Amino acid sequence: MEALDLSIVWAVIIAFSIMMYVLMDGFDLGVGILFPFAPDEEVRDLMMNSVAPIWDGNETWLILTGTGLLAAFPLVYSIFLPALYVGVFLMLIGLIFRGVAFEFRFKANQSRFLWNIAFTAGSFLAAFAQGAVVGTYIQGFDTQDRVFVGGAFDWLTPFTVLTGLGLVAGYALLGATWLVMKTEGEVQEWAYRKVIPLLLCVLAVFVIISLWTPFVDETVRERWFDHIRLIWLLPAFAMLCAAQIVISVKRRHDALPFIATMGMFIFTFFGLLVSRWPYMVPPEYTLWDAASAPESQLFLLIGMILVIPVVLIYTAWTYWVFRGKVRLGEGYH
Amino acid sequence: MELDPVLLSRIQFAFVISFHAIFPGFTIGLASFIAFNETLLFKTDNPLYEKISKFWTKVFAVVFAMGVVSGIVMSFQFGTNWSNFSQATANLLGPLLSYEVITAFFLEAAFLGVLLFGRHKVPPTVFLFSAWMVALGTFLSSFWILAANSWMHTPSGFEIRDGIFHVTSWIEAIFNPSFPWRLSHMLVASFLIGAFVVAAGSAWFLLRSREVDANRKALSMSLWMILVLAPGQLVVGDFHGLNTFEHQPVKIAAMEGHWHTGSGVPLFLFAWPDQQNQTNHLEVGIPKLASLILTHEWDGEVPGITEAVPEEQPPVFIVFWAFRVMVGIGLILIGFAIAGLVLRKNGRYWQSPLFLKALTWVGWTPFVALLSGWIVTEVGRAPWLVHGIMNHHQGVTPALTGGMALFSLIGYITAYALVFWAGIYYLLRVMDAGMEDEHTAEERHEVERPKRPLSGSHVPLSD
Ligand code: HDD
Ligand code: HEM
Ligand code: HEM
Repeated sequence: MEALDLSIVWAVIIAFSIMMYVLMDGFDLGVGILFPFAPDEEVRDLMMNSVAPIWDGNETWLILTGTGLLAAFPLVYSIFLPALYVGVFLMLIGLIFRGVAFEFRFKANQSRFLWNIAFTAGSFLAAFAQGAVVGTYIQGFDTQDRVFVGGAFDWLTPFTVLTGLGLVAGYALLGATWLVMKTEGEVQEWAYRKVIPLLLCVLAVFVIISLWTPFVDETVRERWFDHIRLIWLLPAFAMLCAAQIVISVKRRHDALPFIATMGMFIFTFFGLLVSRWPYMVPPEYTLWDAASAPESQLFLLIGMILVIPVVLIYTAWTYWVFRGKVRLGEGYH
Repeated sequence: MELDPVLLSRIQFAFVISFHAIFPGFTIGLASFIAFNETLLFKTDNPLYEKISKFWTKVFAVVFAMGVVSGIVMSFQFGTNWSNFSQATANLLGPLLSYEVITAFFLEAAFLGVLLFGRHKVPPTVFLFSAWMVALGTFLSSFWILAANSWMHTPSGFEIRDGIFHVTSWIEAIFNPSFPWRLSHMLVASFLIGAFVVAAGSAWFLLRSREVDANRKALSMSLWMILVLAPGQLVVGDFHGLNTFEHQPVKIAAMEGHWHTGSGVPLFLFAWPDQQNQTNHLEVGIPKLASLILTHEWDGEVPGITEAVPEEQPPVFIVFWAFRVMVGIGLILIGFAIAGLVLRKNGRYWQSPLFLKALTWVGWTPFVALLSGWIVTEVGRAPWLVHGIMNHHQGVTPALTGGMALFSLIGYITAYALVFWAGIYYLLRVMDAGMEDEHTAEERHEVERPKRPLSGSHVPLSD
């Protein structure tokens, strides 16, 4: 076992799980964020139908991230959650309302607008809170003897508010490009028009964060600025993806905007990872400090290796079953 | 008043998990019922099964959504409110909960999409397969979560180093002594809930003479289930109790209301436990029966609550009465099982207004039994988080203030109250709309073929 560092394997798995969550739930939260701007109620039906069969599976990656952290890096789980107590609470409340809105909205008449609000507010809240988590991670945590000792609102600073809003815009962008891919005609045209402004918002936040982060934390600054390194390729690729979004929107391409947006997210995410690697609970604990016992990591790893490929196969299959454009009138049970 | 984060966290945990438990308790049974009907439909092509299945799938969808969102809350509760506990037990609970996610939740979520939206998008065999996969997911989910929960009651297969639990045997830890009984008892409880809700719903429709054929079939199926399960639950519960007697005798003493160790102890039908004075008031009991049940001897010795020092005793009143509520309901359900059998003899089970009315009234009681059962188990474990090893104060999040805990508690109560009443409201609307809207494949062919160009927009549930 010496040769194989289980903790590193697990760090990769957790990163993968977060990535899957952000990409997949990202677009359906984004659809929720765009909800109030839809031209009419029929378009909203369409938007919701485009994600209704899959949102639950998408959200499951969040649960896996949570329990996976508990299993492989309990220190992360038991410091992040207390530190983000209020933020996590808000995220959960958001997810609750938005999740039930899928079912309730289609069964409501007069109260429909209330579930529209619940769907949007829930999606917004969840996205914002998740963005704030990212910000908090960059900021670092106030710990002592492996326990969080900071205050209830340490996680809420101007910096984390900015990362929160950034992720809201980012998810909305994913949602808009998803709708471009899944709809046609006027609805698609409407979605196309949302892409570029959202992209600009995301880029603006991106630039501000990039300028700001080095001041928030010393080690991050060193990592990026002390020697010019290969890691600069990551933001470069992210920018190329952004350019690709613009081009493919101009050419009215169906799927490319969505794919390019995912690409942009992936490279940004890697950029974030290398800024902090190998720290899991900055500024003090590395992924090895945070790890659980090797026998526990191994026990779960076996299952992951056997089961996750199967999960990916049938997840892909459900996407395939519901492939193609969604149309008005077809849909809910 | 000083706000106690430990107490508030306990209340919050109990509240969110009780809320959550209602929904899986319902969906586990219902998922199998739907899959069963789909199987019959597949085999016989009888459109009645399609009606039944489609209608109950609608109910299922609403309940499942509430189960999912409240479940997501659960998986973060350990970290937010019990971070020391999480850190100490992560080696064990982390993998178990993660296995639940990868084997059960993904399965349920993926195939649920197909079950709800895919009837006309996939071939019938694949659709049937999806229905069974959802049902399988609910089982797997119960398996892992109850392994985790049972381990906290009867921990085994571990050693403690530097205050952290390390697993020495996964088999022993997962199949810990109380797990087989807790799993069977919970699964039977879920199927009972499913059966009673279907029975109550069908009875309600029959009383109004709506879709009589389909509802008679559904009622008949659920009554057969009840006939097997209601008495079965008594047997399983009894074994579960005997197992607890061996591993957590103080919990059993609290359930029975026995303060002092003795032989030939009575079974109390009524008592008013008084924790302060460590005694009961107003006892009414059947002599020696408790000894007989627990030890299978009239004069067997049964340990009392006072075997534990007062600080380590559970709140007896709650445990004692929750247990009686659960068993009382269990006995009532057995009564319905028998009544159903008797009425079936002369074919009147679906025509007797009295029986049907009674069924509509009793439909919700298994939920109460389920929650009471959990209260017995969990409150009976107090003050321990991990039985005999770690208590509430050791497990709570150190940075948690009373104010934060109160804030989130009020937040969850408000949110859940809204969601719960909205859920009930929409379920009632689904009931009200009934099966009449459920066009089966056959009917659709007949009705729609002539006006083909116009079809395609089926009447949605609400407009
Ligand atoms: C015996 C059954 C049982 C019990 C005791 C619990 N659950 Fe549960 N849970 C289920 C049976 C279940 C289920 C039937 O499998 C659900 C209901 C709806 C669903 O999606 O699956 C579910 C849903 C569900 C979800 C959402 C899954 C999804 O998105 O598909 C999560 C995260 C949890 N649960 C977590 C928990 C935790 C942390 C529990 C205890 C502390 C817990 N559950 C108790
Ligand atoms: C699903 C049905 C369940 C219900 C209704 C339920 C109910 C309760 C109740 C009422 C308490 C409070 C006991 C007290 O304060 O003395 C409690 C405590 C607790 N339960 Fe459960 N429980 C359930 C399942 C579980 C499961 C599956 C787990 C673990 C995986 C679990 C873990 C805990 C923990 C950690 C506590 C400690 C917090 C506390 O004691 O308040 N429970 N539960
Ligand atoms: C009919 C007679 C019944 C008996 C003798 C019985 C017995 C028991 C016992 C002894 C426990 C406590 C286990 C422990 O010590 O941890 C328990 C728990 C429980 N009971 Fe029952 N029970 C009965 C009926 C029911 C019914 C009808 C339901 C629900 C529909 C139900 C649901 C539960 C649940 C959910 C639990 C908690 C989980 C567990 O520990 O299994 N029970 N029961």
